[in-house]
Amino acid sequence: MNDFGEAFAAAFWLIATLDPDLYEIVLLSLRVSLTAVLLATLLGLPLGAAVALFRFPGRQVAAVLLNALMGLPPVVLGLIVFLLLSRAGPLGVLGLLFTPTAMIIAQTLLVLPIVAALCRQVVEDLWFEYEEQLRSLGCGPGRAIPALLWDGRFSLVTAVLAGFGRASAEVGAVMIVGGNIDHLTRVMTTAIALETSKGDLALALGLGLILLVLSLTVNGTAYLLRGAARASGL
Amino acid sequence: MSRTILPGGLQSVSFEAGGERLIEDLTLTFQPGPLSVILGPNGAGKSLTLRLAHGLLRPSSGKVFWTGGPDAIRHQAMVFQRPVLMRRTVAGNIDFGMKLQGWSRQERQRRRERVMTLTGLTHLAQRPARVLSAGEQQRLSLARAWAIRPQVLFLDEPTANLDPTASRAVETIVTAIHESGTKVVMTTHDLGQARRLGEEVFFLHRGKLVERGLAKRFFEQPKTALASAFLRGELIW
Repeated sequence: MNDFGEAFAAAFWLIATLDPDLYEIVLLSLRVSLTAVLLATLLGLPLGAAVALFRFPGRQVAAVLLNALMGLPPVVLGLIVFLLLSRAGPLGVLGLLFTPTAMIIAQTLLVLPIVAALCRQVVEDLWFEYEEQLRSLGCGPGRAIPALLWDGRFSLVTAVLAGFGRASAEVGAVMIVGGNIDHLTRVMTTAIALETSKGDLALALGLGLILLVLSLTVNGTAYLLRGAARASGL
Repeated sequence: MSRTILPGGLQSVSFEAGGERLIEDLTLTFQPGPLSVILGPNGAGKSLTLRLAHGLLRPSSGKVFWTGGPDAIRHQAMVFQRPVLMRRTVAGNIDFGMKLQGWSRQERQRRRERVMTLTGLTHLAQRPARVLSAGEQQRLSLARAWAIRPQVLFLDEPTANLDPTASRAVETIVTAIHESGTKVVMTTHDLGQARRLGEEVFFLHRGKLVERGLAKRFFEQPKTALASAFLRGELIW
């Protein structure tokens, strides 16, 4: 118990004194996860909307697949990306393995199904409600994509935040493709895993606290946004 | 305005859904001019007829025709029984339809102000559409439809969910739209409304056209037994 208290005190000290090692890790985590979420959003919103609106063979399979991929274990995805990027793999020549870029790729693939699947649901519900009216106004599925993404904006922000939650919380994928190399590919979650096993509870706890605050902020934002949307009636 | 799409209508149209024949060999023509009312009891196929004419539903057999070719839907608009409004402001909703017509910003703005004045929505311009009262929402649907200057406007029971005051406001706007030169085709089960607005009546029963004629004649001397029973308020389903 005493150890625990000391670790906490040390953790707060690291945070309060802006410990360079700690902040380097935090910044890299944010860079990797935010970039991945941005890419996944740019790809996932149109993808989800297209699956919702266009009638093509295999559409239902695509919808089920997206939903299933939401629960893909990060280590499995990490393994796949590892195989693709490793020297002998098809993309080995790029030399990306064990770089932040590899981690961004892995997390993008991890977040993409979440954004796309949630977006599909949002857009499909809106289309169900709007279809007759939009078609009456001369708006087919293609032109409806931007309109419905805009009308679903508040729900979609929640989807993107859920994606960010997944990216910032996962260990497996970044560990495998990044390698948890000090000062290079070490992020919050991999550092916590390592420091805990080494017994350096202060750094692990400090990072854990920051991660918790981050998660609370993200969820709080989502909650406030939804409240604001409901209050404004939009 | 481009060339007219009228006359138009249905030619021997049947429509089936779930193995049931809901519209049977229906032929009716909408001519430029009179405000047309489609009358009939519940289940007569009034809404289906509008949707078929507007191109939202495809007939199982027969054909829908409009003068001037296949893109006639661009010159038509429809207002539904329950307004379908987007999650935008009043102005944003009106703007949306005009954007799809490819109008310039200035053109849209001028037209938007005009229809908001005509429908009494100016003071609500920046209000989110979905917090409006039912009557205001239906007025907004009318404004959005009117904004694109349709040649034909379909109205599906536009006052079914409204109180008398809001209904009167909607009727006033419908009359104004009609007077502006747009051909109005509306369904209603409200006989009073049909008498107030209608100039020409199509009377449907179980998916078939039973009688058509000028409103004055139809209400005073219906030709068929079904129509007179309906006008007397008897249940004829």
